[in-house]
Amino acid sequence: MADPAVADSPHIVIENLRFRRGRKVVFDDLSMRIPRGQVTTVMGPSGSGKTTLLRLIGGQLRPDAGRIWVDGQEVAKLSTRRLYALRKRMGMLFQSGALLTDLSVFENVAFPLREHTDLPEDVLHALVLLKLEAVGLRAARELDPASLSGGMARRVALARAIALDPDLILYDEPFTGLDPITMGQIVSLIRQTNESLGLTSVLVSHDVAEAMAISDHVVLIANGRVVDAGPPDELEARASDWSAQFLQGRPDGPVPFHYPGASYRDDLLGQGERRDD
Amino acid sequence: MTDAIASLGRTTINALVVFGRAFVFLMRVLASLDIVIRRFGLTLAQVYSVGVRSLLIIIVSGLFVGMVLGYQGYITLVNFGAAEALGGVVALSLVRELGPVVTALLFAGRAGSALTAELGLMKTTEQLSAMEMMAVNPYRRIFAPRFVAGFLSMPLLAAIFSAVGVMGGYIVGVGLLGVDSGAYFSQMQSVTDWNEDVLSGVIKSIVFGFVVTWIAVFQGFNAQPTSEGISRATTQTVVVASLAVLGLDFILTGLMFGAG
Repeated sequence: MADPAVADSPHIVIENLRFRRGRKVVFDDLSMRIPRGQVTTVMGPSGSGKTTLLRLIGGQLRPDAGRIWVDGQEVAKLSTRRLYALRKRMGMLFQSGALLTDLSVFENVAFPLREHTDLPEDVLHALVLLKLEAVGLRAARELDPASLSGGMARRVALARAIALDPDLILYDEPFTGLDPITMGQIVSLIRQTNESLGLTSVLVSHDVAEAMAISDHVVLIANGRVVDAGPPDELEARASDWSAQFLQGRPDGPVPFHYPGASYRDDLLGQGERRDD
Repeated sequence: MTDAIASLGRTTINALVVFGRAFVFLMRVLASLDIVIRRFGLTLAQVYSVGVRSLLIIIVSGLFVGMVLGYQGYITLVNFGAAEALGGVVALSLVRELGPVVTALLFAGRAGSALTAELGLMKTTEQLSAMEMMAVNPYRRIFAPRFVAGFLSMPLLAAIFSAVGVMGGYIVGVGLLGVDSGAYFSQMQSVTDWNEDVLSGVIKSIVFGFVVTWIAVFQGFNAQPTSEGISRATTQTVVVASLAVLGLDFILTGLMFGAG
């Protein structure tokens, strides 16, 4: 079979992806290419399936139709063993950090190393300190995850995600709910990590300013499809109505303020659509 | 009318779907059991949190149940002039029935609910997902050690319950009511049969341990990832596990003692 991922070597290729959750169609014929070694942000409104996209890339969900290649391997067709081998080269940063609450900060970062390698204790110790130093939390290594702020938890999670030196990192909403200082720290960490480790970074986010500032490549998705894609400055220059509304954060436009339904007048007069249950 | 039939059908199908998922889950856990031998430390840590931490409630309950048995048994037996048979009555009741059953009910409430809540929270806070993305199989790393720990702890806890209960009966029967100490233990020894009584109790407690832990771990795995979902799953664990224990106790008792 022809392997489009190796040909021009994007890190991730998604072709004609369809995915539904219950009756809701999340992705309808979605295609995109994520270039290797760059920071790519997938932006879209809440509920547009951005997190779902990361789970599909990581093989935690299977597409209903269409294909996803990561590093030339079709994710949905991998055996569990090969999928796990692929995941070892993939880091994921969850929105909540998803730190293991029964382990200290140090042990959280050490976790993937302990599970997948047989490093002697002193080497492991040095490696973990190196990763924690990179995110500025070496001194916080004995703390309990419960006592960390949201931003610190995310930095620890980043240290854990790079513990096995992956070549791809997936970030799920890395900017949500952070104060400006922490936000700045995370933004520069993502950029630094990308450059110093030479890896591919994929972010999903709806924080326009940060995402536009940090990305080499932006993909806008809505209603299950790619609306626009390209470098941030190009995207801003040629933005369509929808993209302009999204990028400038206007409350009304092609995306209506009101959830679709019966007209207000009909609802008030009791003639609106009634739901069955 | 058709609505009622439709809803009955829906409920039945939903129940079957859950049962099917629980079975598949169990098979996956059983297929991951090699981790228990390879990294026994993981299971040992769970034996501590599931078993050792249940000790207090088991010992205190066992003591009180034994003391009540001592009282009730004495009151009935003394009418027939058979107060010396107290040791046998207490031991048989505990070893055959109360030890395994009450321990399993307490175990479902203490350790089962804790397991469900812990796993449900791990799911809600995406810890299980994060583990999968780190190429660590949660069935091996998380579910299998907890399952084995529950399964190992239950028979031991039931044995401790029965032993403490015998001492409770002794305190009341011999200490307070004046039954002869030698008669208490010699009666116990002569009426309690190893195969028929002790072993049947042990088998019961193994079955209960398996079922309660299975339900608890599955409910945590299957919980809706919301606070309401976790609370429902925890309640379900206690209710379903308790009913399963009582129902299974009837069946097992029938199987073991029915012919005799």
